[in-house]
Amino acid sequence: MAATNALSEVVFRIRRFDPAANASPRWEEHRLPYTLGMTVLDGLKKLKETVAPGLAWRSSCRMGVCGSCGMFINGRARLACNTQITELGTNVVMVAPLPNFDTIRDLVPDLVPMFDAHQALMPYIIRGDHDEMTLPTGEFGQSAHELEQFLQFSYCIRCGCCMAACPTYATDPRYSGPMPLTQSHRYNADTRDDGFTARRTVLAGEAGPWRCHYAGECSRVCPKGVDPAKAIQLMKRELVLDYLRLRRERCPAEIAARPAGIKRRDGIPEAPKPTI
Amino acid sequence: MRDQRLWTWHVGAGVVILVFLGLHMAIMHIDTVLGLFNRPGTEAIDWSNVVDRAKSAFFMVTYVMLLGAALFHGLYGLRNILFELNPGAGLKKGLSVLLTVVGVGLFGLGTWAAWASFGLTRAL
Repeated sequence: MAATNALSEVVFRIRRFDPAANASPRWEEHRLPYTLGMTVLDGLKKLKETVAPGLAWRSSCRMGVCGSCGMFINGRARLACNTQITELGTNVVMVAPLPNFDTIRDLVPDLVPMFDAHQALMPYIIRGDHDEMTLPTGEFGQSAHELEQFLQFSYCIRCGCCMAACPTYATDPRYSGPMPLTQSHRYNADTRDDGFTARRTVLAGEAGPWRCHYAGECSRVCPKGVDPAKAIQLMKRELVLDYLRLRRERCPAEIAARPAGIKRRDGIPEAPKPTI
Repeated sequence: MRDQRLWTWHVGAGVVILVFLGLHMAIMHIDTVLGLFNRPGTEAIDWSNVVDRAKSAFFMVTYVMLLGAALFHGLYGLRNILFELNPGAGLKKGLSVLLTVVGVGLFGLGTWAAWASFGLTRAL
């Protein structure tokens, strides 16, 4: 509370850059009165409304769920909506676009390479039983323990903060990066999935986890508490065991039996028929 | 597939180094406490102990294995560092070939040295 009371004015230093109009980026400084509970995103919105109407950034949900507002704030990749001014410990807020990506404009990074790598690693359930995948007849059974093996990795919101913090991704664009690798592990670790062999065609090559130095910055900056560094080490272990033919092959989860002896309560309608 | 194979060998070489460097430490540096490998009352680098090890087939094999593991582990690590400078595809291939040639050459030289000292000391 002491820090909040001491803040009366916030100085925003914002990196502005329009590749179509500017040869190089420049820093702009604006001052705003501090208001209680102000986040970096609140400040940017206030600036856009008042003194910098052309300022560009991405944001949507304002509650750390959509992953749109990843920015480089005071030397660290963070979500602007999730970052209180008071937690920065200073009234000077330096905002730049996420590093390791090209800049489209001002605070808008070009995340296409990240999503290309994400897509290449097939971040979805892959199974052989196409009929069941197309027209499901039930739910695949999964124990609480099996769920825990990938649950934390499924909290990823693809904001790109881990990619911006990764020292390997900074120098080697062929490296897939922490987010796509973590999502690939999330599905490899899912007992409903049978796509390890398909994903291995990418993972076993140059784009795989081999360049990771375990710097751990990805895990430190993740706003959702995901641990990509752990996922990458677990993935390395799986791939080594696979090469040595020691990886435990598992059958993908079967359809769980419907609970017996349970009667639908009156007034609860049947689920709608599948639309695909 | 190639990177998966190289990484697995890198990890395997690390394990070999760990075992044989442990053996090296035990023989050369802490045997005064252990008293297992060298003649009583002598130092590990005394001529008699050096000859004993050189004419032992077990040590000859471990020298060669340690050499091979250390060369692969070190040169693969160096290759990774160089690749992080983001060279072009041609330069990458050239570096891989160069490091392989250097590794095989040094391994051949070291193996010859271990074999030669094995033969010489057996003849003493």
